[in-house]
Amino acid sequence: MREITLNVNGADHRLSAADDEMLLYVLRDGLNLTGTKYGCGEGQCGACTVLLDGRPVRSCQIHAAAVENRKITTIEALERDGKLHPVQQAFLDEEAFQCSYCTPGMIMSAVGFLAANSKPSDEEIIRGMNGNICRCGTYPRIVAAIRRAANDGGAR
Amino acid sequence: MSFDNELVQQSTERFRHGFTVNRRELLKVFGAGLLVCAVDARAVQESGGRPRNQEEERIPHDIASWIHVGQDNHVSVFTGKAEMGQNIRTSLTQQVAEELYVPVDSITMVMADTELCPFDMGTFGSRSTPQMGTELRNISAAAREMLIDMAAERIGGNRNQLAVTSGTVINHATGQSVKYGELLHGRQLVQLVPDDPPLIAPEKWTVAGKAVPKVDGRDFVTGKHKYTSDIVRSGMRHGKIVRPSAYRATLSSLDATAAENMSDVTVVHDGDFVGVIAPDSTTAMRAAKTIKADWKAPGQISERELYDYLRTKPANRGQQAGGEGGNRSNLHEKGSFETGMASAEKKIDSTYTVAYIQHAPLEPRVAVAEWNADRLTVWTGTQRPFAVRDELVQAFHLSEKNVRVIVPDTGSGYGGKHTGEAAVECARLAKAAGKPVKLQWTREEEFSWAYFRPAGVIDVSAGARSDGTLVAWQFHNYNSGPSAINTPYDIPNQRIEFHPTQNPPLRQGSYRALAATANHFARESAMDEIAHALGLDPLELRLKHISDPRLKAVFETAAKRFGWGSQKSTPERGFGIAGGFEKGGYVATCAEVAVDPASRAVWIRRVVQAWDCGPVVNPNGLKNQLEGAIMQGIGGALFENVHFAGGVVLNPRFASYRVPRFRDLPKIEVELIDRKDVKPFGAGETPIVGIAPAVANAIFEATGLRLRSLPLAPNGLPERG
Repeated sequence: MREITLNVNGADHRLSAADDEMLLYVLRDGLNLTGTKYGCGEGQCGACTVLLDGRPVRSCQIHAAAVENRKITTIEALERDGKLHPVQQAFLDEEAFQCSYCTPGMIMSAVGFLAANSKPSDEEIIRGMNGNICRCGTYPRIVAAIRRAANDGGAR
Repeated sequence: MSFDNELVQQSTERFRHGFTVNRRELLKVFGAGLLVCAVDARAVQESGGRPRNQEEERIPHDIASWIHVGQDNHVSVFTGKAEMGQNIRTSLTQQVAEELYVPVDSITMVMADTELCPFDMGTFGSRSTPQMGTELRNISAAAREMLIDMAAERIGGNRNQLAVTSGTVINHATGQSVKYGELLHGRQLVQLVPDDPPLIAPEKWTVAGKAVPKVDGRDFVTGKHKYTSDIVRSGMRHGKIVRPSAYRATLSSLDATAAENMSDVTVVHDGDFVGVIAPDSTTAMRAAKTIKADWKAPGQISERELYDYLRTKPANRGQQAGGEGGNRSNLHEKGSFETGMASAEKKIDSTYTVAYIQHAPLEPRVAVAEWNADRLTVWTGTQRPFAVRDELVQAFHLSEKNVRVIVPDTGSGYGGKHTGEAAVECARLAKAAGKPVKLQWTREEEFSWAYFRPAGVIDVSAGARSDGTLVAWQFHNYNSGPSAINTPYDIPNQRIEFHPTQNPPLRQGSYRALAATANHFARESAMDEIAHALGLDPLELRLKHISDPRLKAVFETAAKRFGWGSQKSTPERGFGIAGGFEKGGYVATCAEVAVDPASRAVWIRRVVQAWDCGPVVNPNGLKNQLEGAIMQGIGGALFENVHFAGGVVLNPRFASYRVPRFRDLPKIEVELIDRKDVKPFGAGETPIVGIAPAVANAIFEATGLRLRSLPLAPNGLPERG
């Protein structure tokens, strides 16, 4: 165990972590940011997606100690002053979920994706989101939500 | 299907926990308000024709739900059903709002908590809408009638002068009004009401029948919703189980010294049960890895021998553990199959197989357990909280009143979470820890130690006269199950039988739609084969043999929207159709597939599905279910397959167990037939049954390849069927 400093959602957090401790567990167990989910632990489902310096990464595949001094953003930071991020709002409007366990990871992936491609085609959305699994199969709605968010200026 | 039979089919082989514990050993406290339960109308009549008004806190045992109207007009609804993404928290709320005349946002659904909610068998079998929805409509309507009567006494007026808006009763003659909550005078009333009150007819629905958004949707897009895995208790520790080397293995030796020497780590060894408790999940995983355990596994058959085994090892009556069936009569006969076959001019004889697949819910099994002396509370994601409570009662020899199971809205189930494996394991660890414990199964554990949709072999023989009339039908299902095994087509001579298998090689249990998927795959593929043998259009053959107008209607609706028959199949593109009826729902599915003859890749391009389950309670939620079922069904149709050998799952990861992803998404169009004139039924399951045969039939149209095994194309199209 050693002391590390993580910048999460705009604030520095001093905490102790084992060398082999994944960012996912530090976020969930250490900082109680439970919006980020465990789905597979192998980087295959995307439920644990967070932004690292604005780019989507799988927090189950990254050692917490390796991302000191980087900017980490989780689902909890998207809503500002009671207003949902356009991607969150679009997921709500399209009802792009069933059990919603994949939703935070989907939204973080979509936010990162739209930041890199603000006017994607449907084919680009499908390619960009293919690493995220929704077992309930709400893919058509998620594509529609990302399209809607793009039209609403979702790259905020 | 009778409920008993459904329950048998939903049963799952008991999970072996392998530890023992020494034997040791309702009423809710509400604030002021009105607690309403529905009881048999005759019982109310016997009490003098008036609802029984009980000041004392006594509630009969046989009720399935209750509603509480608070002094602030807030309504709380208590039901043992669990929300896992099927959207019943919203659709049940709508039905209460409709009948009670209160706004949706004034209603809180308290669900799947064994201490607060009346007993419920479980959330399965597409029963939430027909059973719980109807129950809640009855109670709400009865409560409304009673509240109007109470209001009439308070503000005067007869039935024609009183109207209710948003929980306020208004006398239009005098302009006086009173809120439901104000009628209660701070009293705590328990009212038993008749269960046959006047219901609002579906054609007059204003809240039910509408696309009301998910009631707590915002909590899900912000990450605020607390799934079981997100729950934190004071002083909570993290657990990890050391798993056996194979299914049915027992522990022969254990060396846990290294883990025991780790600081702040506790090893729990009790019979075949080995687990660790640590301050955090990473340490728990690390400690578990240091444990050296030797397991003794019995010889078990492997995937290669699977289908021979299923066909040749029938279970003795009543001996089958897990999966569908049990000890009921599994034979259905009509006319004489042999006589019918003798008069047939065209015959087919085909064998179909379905592989073991897994639900793979995105939230793997997880539990948080907390003991307070002899009292145990467990949070866990399960479809059957009361059955999990019973598992805990038995495992720890507790009394029922000392065990509480709470199910937070859960990261899906699809029939895969009927059981309480993680709950019992976690409670065992928490007992040893003397502190609350969280136990999160890994994806690999979920794939290896949960249960599977049964694999199966289905033999179909059928005969028709050359004028296209079906005269004989024989259908034998080995192991996969009897759901939807009977044909909905008019055939005079039939023999249909389900044959359970003894000791199936993997732990079997329920899966969304049970064997209706396998049986529809075999039946609808065989119908296609006969149609081609007869030179008939596959839709025409079906319509010729359907007398149920609702089944006919879904086929015609899907075919029309799809443009069935308007385009010819080519080697690169094929069209297929399939459909059927199960659990009150009618479905017809048309699929268009694209085939690359060079690479043998196959893609589903377009799916049109027509659906009828009676009056639609929430059209957007229902569409979501249909789209999701089609999408999930694509996995079982094309590529999902559990590989195993000697009791070990060989592909327990998403990297090796392929599930549908964005790139598998076809254009999906659903047509809802909203039948206001019949009873409502559920839609969580049957919408999944059409896609596999529709796709198989489309592949045949394109390639001439008749694929008779699910999954159809795990590595692209096979060389031969």
